[in-house]
Amino acid sequence: MNYETVIGLEVHVELKTEAKVFCGCAARFGAEPNTHVCPGCLGMPGVLPVLNKKAVEFCIKAGLALQCRIAPFSMFDRKQYFYPDLPQAYQISQGDLPLCTGGGLKIVTPGGEEKIIRLNRIHLEEEAGRTYHSGAGATGYSLLDFNRSGLPLIEIVTEPDLRSPAEAKIFLEKLQEILRYIEVSDCKMEEGSFRCDANISVRPAGSQEFGRRMEIKNLNSFKAIQSALTYEANRLGSLLAAGTPPEQEESRGWDETRGMTFFMRPKEKATDYRYFPDPDLPPLVIAEEWVEEIRAGLPELPEEKKARYMEEYGLSAQDADLLGSSRETAEFFEATLRLYSGEVKTVANWVMGEFARLLNLEKLTPIQSKLEPEALAAMLQMIDAGEISGKIAKTVFEEMFYSGKPPREIVAEKGLAQISDESQLVVLVREILAQHPGPVADYRAGKTKALGFLVGQVMKETKGQANPGLVNKLLREELEKLP
Amino acid sequence: MELSTLSLKELGNALRKKAVSAREITGAFLERIKRFNPDLNAFVTVAEEQALAAANEADLRLARGERVTPLTGIPVAVADTICTKGIKTTCASRILENFIPPYDATVVSRLQEAGAVVIGKTNSDEFGAGTTTGYSAFGPVCNPWDKNREPGGDGGAVAVAAGLAPLAISFDTGGNLRRAAAFCGVAGLKPAYGSVSRFGLAALAPSLEQIGPLARQVEDLALLYQVLAGPDPLDATSLPAGAPGRSGQEFTGTAATGRPGLRIGLPREYFAGEELQAEVKDLVLAATGILTEKDGEQVDLSLPSTGYALAAHILLAAAEASSSLARYDGVRYGYRSPEAADIDLLYKKTRTEGFGREAKRRILLGTLVLSAECYGDYYLNAQKVRTLVIREFTEAFTKCDLILTPVTRELPGRAGEEKSPLRQYQDESYTVAANLAGLSGLSVPCGLVDGLPVGVQLLAPAGREDLLFQVARTLEKAVGRFSSPFLRG
Repeated sequence: MNYETVIGLEVHVELKTEAKVFCGCAARFGAEPNTHVCPGCLGMPGVLPVLNKKAVEFCIKAGLALQCRIAPFSMFDRKQYFYPDLPQAYQISQGDLPLCTGGGLKIVTPGGEEKIIRLNRIHLEEEAGRTYHSGAGATGYSLLDFNRSGLPLIEIVTEPDLRSPAEAKIFLEKLQEILRYIEVSDCKMEEGSFRCDANISVRPAGSQEFGRRMEIKNLNSFKAIQSALTYEANRLGSLLAAGTPPEQEESRGWDETRGMTFFMRPKEKATDYRYFPDPDLPPLVIAEEWVEEIRAGLPELPEEKKARYMEEYGLSAQDADLLGSSRETAEFFEATLRLYSGEVKTVANWVMGEFARLLNLEKLTPIQSKLEPEALAAMLQMIDAGEISGKIAKTVFEEMFYSGKPPREIVAEKGLAQISDESQLVVLVREILAQHPGPVADYRAGKTKALGFLVGQVMKETKGQANPGLVNKLLREELEKLP
Repeated sequence: MELSTLSLKELGNALRKKAVSAREITGAFLERIKRFNPDLNAFVTVAEEQALAAANEADLRLARGERVTPLTGIPVAVADTICTKGIKTTCASRILENFIPPYDATVVSRLQEAGAVVIGKTNSDEFGAGTTTGYSAFGPVCNPWDKNREPGGDGGAVAVAAGLAPLAISFDTGGNLRRAAAFCGVAGLKPAYGSVSRFGLAALAPSLEQIGPLARQVEDLALLYQVLAGPDPLDATSLPAGAPGRSGQEFTGTAATGRPGLRIGLPREYFAGEELQAEVKDLVLAATGILTEKDGEQVDLSLPSTGYALAAHILLAAAEASSSLARYDGVRYGYRSPEAADIDLLYKKTRTEGFGREAKRRILLGTLVLSAECYGDYYLNAQKVRTLVIREFTEAFTKCDLILTPVTRELPGRAGEEKSPLRQYQDESYTVAANLAGLSGLSVPCGLVDGLPVGVQLLAPAGREDLLFQVARTLEKAVGRFSSPFLRG
C-alpha cells in the first residue's frame, strides 16, 4: 500500500529590531550573558510592557510579503507556564486574535510542480531567556542568560499542506529567502533566529482523513528537519503497514546522534497555558494607512525579481535564480548594470562566477566585501575598450575584491595594461621570428599550428599583456613578408 | 509647633516663612512614627536616612529660593507595593521580604520631582489581597480610632489618620484604599483607570487597580492627586494627554461652593440590602441631603448588575492575581526556599513558604478560572458582566453628575475576626464597581457612629475628579473633619 505524508510547520523567527519588543534593551546576539537586561525583561515587580512599534512593523512586513491579511484589531495574550528562563512565568504572545491571518507561499516541488503552501497565521510574541545546563544530579546546575528574554519573535504557522520532508525543506528555504529579503530577520538557524517545530502524520494514499499527528520539537538545522521528518514518516508508515497505527498524538524530540525521534510526552498531557488577554497591553489597533505605507515600502520580492530578470534581461531561469535569491547579490548585480553599458550577460557571468567564488571562499556577503559595483563596471568597460585582456581582468578583479581599489589604479600600479601599440609589438614579433627558425619553417611548410606556439612566445615575453588579436595579425603579416 | 495636625498648605506656609525647616518637619514625623508605629504597625519600613537626605535637599532648595511646589519638603508615606529605588519594597509578603528595587515607580519619581519626602513604606494585606490588613506577612495594622478594630485594607490611611505622615499614596484593587479611608476617617481617591501610571506598582490585578492619594483634607487630596496624575510612556494603559477622560492637571475648584443644580444619583441596589447597617445608611443619606439641600437634585437610579459585579470582580481579580504573582518563583530575586533539590521543588517550596493564605487562595482560584475547562464559564462570563456594569454606569451618568453610595456595609470589624473568604470579599460590595468600570471613586468621612468614622463614596466618570473634589469639599465643610485620638494631644 502507498502512504502519504502530511506535514505542517510552526516556524519561529527572531526579528532583527534594534530594541527588544517590550522594553528598551538592545537586541544583540552573542553578548556577555545578562548584559542586555533591565527590570522589564527580568520580570521584576511592577514593570510594565511597552510595545516596540518597529517589531509590529516587521511582523506586518512579513505578513504582507506572505500575502496575509493584516488584522486591524488584534490582542496580546499571556501564555502561562513555569520555566526558569521565562521571567514573568508567562510569555506575551497572541492567542485567538493574531496580527496576520491566512496567506501563503508558492514553492516548486521536487517533482517540478508549482504549489501554494497556505499559512494559517503569523503572530508576534516575545522570546524567553536561555538556560545552560551543566552536569547532572547533586552537582548539576543551570545558568540563565536573559539577554534573549524579550527579543521580538514571530511565529509562522502553515496549514498541513506539505507532502514530504523535501517539500518542507524547500518551503523553509523559500521562507528564509523572503524574510531575509525584506530584512526583518537574519534567519540564522545556527544562532536560533530561525527554528521550527513540525507536525507530521501519515495516511494511506488517497485517504481524506489525517493520521495521528506527531509534533517534533526544536528542529535546529535543515539537515535535522529533513532527517527527522524522513525518519518519522518511515516510522509512521511502518506502524500503519504493520496494522498498528500510533495510539495517541505525541510530542517527540530528535536525537541527532542516534538519528531517530524519541517520545517526549503525549499531546493530551500538554500544558494548559491558561491564555488570557494581557491586561497591561491595550488591543493592537492597526490603521489601514500604515499597512499601505509598509506595503509601498516593500522591496521587489525574489519571485517578482526573477521573473523580471528573465523577461527584461533575457536571462535563463537558472541565472535569474542565482542572481535573484539573495537581496544583496541582486542589488549588486542591478547597481553594476546601471553603470555598465555592455551586455547584461557579461555582468551576470562575473557576479555569478568570480564574485560568487571569492565571496564563498572568504565567507562574505556582497555588502561585506570591498568590491563596489562602480569598480566592476569600470573594469568591464576597460575590457570592452581593449585596455586589458579578459585573462588579466581576472587578476584585476581579485585585486579589486581584496583591496577595494579601482581597476585603473591596479592596472597602472602593476603595469597590467594591454599592449596594443603596433609599432612596439611588431619589433617584438620580428625578434621572436628570428629566434625560432624551426617553427617559422614549419609554418611556411603549411603547419599552421606553429602559429600558436609563436603567439605564445610573444605573450610570454609580454607577461600576457600583448593584445592577442593584434599579435596574431602581426605574426601572419610578418611571416608573409619573409623571403 | 504641633506639626502633625497641620494641613499641606499650613505646612507649606510655615516652610516658606522659615518658621520650620523641612528637616524639622520630617524629623517630627519620624519621631511620631517611632513613638506610635510599634502599636499601629502602619509602616513596614521607615526610610529615615533617605527621608532626612530628601528633607535636607528641600531645605537647600528653599534656602536658594529655587522653584518649590506645594509638596516640597512634605513627607509622604508610600504603600509597600509601590517600588522605591534603594528602599525595601516587600508588598507585605514574605516572598519579597528583602527585595530592594533598582527602580522607582513613576508616582515615586513624580513625588521626588515635586520635592516631596518619601518617609516610609506602609503595610497592607499581602499584595493587597484582603480587606483588613490581616493578611500582611508582617502583622495586621490597627485602627487609630480603636486599636481593637481593623482599619480597612491599607496602612497608608492609618498613617495619615494617626498623624504619622501628612499624606500617603496607596493603591486600590477592589476598594481597599477607599474602605481604609472610610474606617480611618480620612479622604481617599481611587482615580479613574489610566489617570495615574501603574509603572512600579507590584501588580495583583492590573486591569482593576490604580494608585491613589490619601489625606486628611480634600484640598490636600486634590493637590497630591495633581502630582500623581498624568500620562506615562512606561504604562501602555495610562491615558494619553488630551484623551477623553484625562482630566486637566489643575483643580482650582476645590473651594466649597455648593454646585448649582448638582444631580446626585442614588443607586437603589446600594441601599436596599439588609446587610447595610442602619446607622451607616442614615449618615450616608444625611450627606446626600446636605449636598442637595440648596439647589441640588437626588436622582433615583437602578444598576441591576450590581449583584453580579462582586462575583465578576472576585473571578477577574483572582484570574489576574494568579498570573501576576506567578513571577515570584525564587529564581531571580526575592525569597528562595533553601531546601529545594530541583527546579520543581524550588517552585513549590518557595511559593508555599513565601505566600500567605489569601494570596494562595487567589492563585488557586485564578488558576482554575483560567483553565481551559473553566475559562468560558468563569472568565468570559465575568468579562461580560464587567461590560454590563460599564454600560449601566455610562447610562446612569446621563441622568446624574455623580453617584453617591456607602463605602462599607458597616462599622470597622473587630481586629483578628475570622471571616469566611466570601464574607471577606463582601466587604468590598460597594466599591468593586468603580474598579470594574474604571470610574473615579472618592471616599470622604461623613460622620461618626459610636466614635468610629463612616465614609461616603462619590463616583464619577473618568476625567471628572474635579467634580469629586468639589463635592467632597462641600461635604467636608458641612460635617467637619474628624481627628483620630492620635491627633488629639
